[in-house]
Amino acid sequence: METAFTPWQSLAGGALIGLAATLLMLVLGRVMGATGILTAAFTAAAPERGWRLSILAGMISAPLMLWGLTGQLPEVQVPVSMPMLLIGGFIVGLGVTFGSGCTSGHGVCGMARLSRRSIVATATFMATTGLTVFVIRHVLGT
Amino acid sequence: MRLITPYLIGLIFGVGISISGMASPAKVLNFFDVAGSWDPSLGFVMAGALVVTFIGYRLVLRRPAPILESVFQLPSKVRLDTRLIGGSAAFGLGWGIAGFCPGGALPALGTGRIEVLAFVAALLVGIFTARAIISRIDDRKARALRRET
Repeated sequence: METAFTPWQSLAGGALIGLAATLLMLVLGRVMGATGILTAAFTAAAPERGWRLSILAGMISAPLMLWGLTGQLPEVQVPVSMPMLLIGGFIVGLGVTFGSGCTSGHGVCGMARLSRRSIVATATFMATTGLTVFVIRHVLGT
Repeated sequence: MRLITPYLIGLIFGVGISISGMASPAKVLNFFDVAGSWDPSLGFVMAGALVVTFIGYRLVLRRPAPILESVFQLPSKVRLDTRLIGGSAAFGLGWGIAGFCPGGALPALGTGRIEVLAFVAALLVGIFTARAIISRIDDRKARALRRET
């Protein structure tokens, strides 16, 4: 499935992700990692849970706000079958928990702090994602 | 303040994810498909996010403390270990299969698409399975250590 190259939109979106990460550090002194926020929204003690649930609510409202402003929901194209989404989701959950972070936590916040662990984690998952996509598309040919 | 500010931060993050293309597996997977239908857009997402966060953190961390808390809580681990590398490798495998990462999928929940819901449900099962495994391993290690001493 071809997708259009969107350099400016993607750069602007990335800058907003960085702005959110900076603001969370400024206001609450926390790292903006999706994995950590999601996990602790379920597991943390009550006073630590509230702000995380608020962030999640904000994230989920974003497509609806865009829909209100522009009349269309952001594009979500899923060229993946339901069983593969479930298998992939389960493996992502295992991986980000053992690896203590994902694209936002390690790839953005940790890399921006020049954390050695985050640089190694990001290099590792970028490599295995690329390898997985190559094998699925060009070796197995689906 | 303590709830409204995080809500607005989540909203900014979610709008960023939505317009960047990170919420769309077709675009994410094409970024990694250099040998096929390559779409370099996600490189621009990473670049934009990294430059802003790099500069933003440097300005913010000059302050003695965040606005609403008394200390900055930065991850303190420095050692590279098997969990970090093995976990990250597995994350990449799952990301390459599904095309969603957690930060991309959570805002996408707002579109109400069943595929996103299914991914996030499986993600949560994975997270809690891993937490159960980790706590068993750590318990066993602690018990072994007590026996030795």
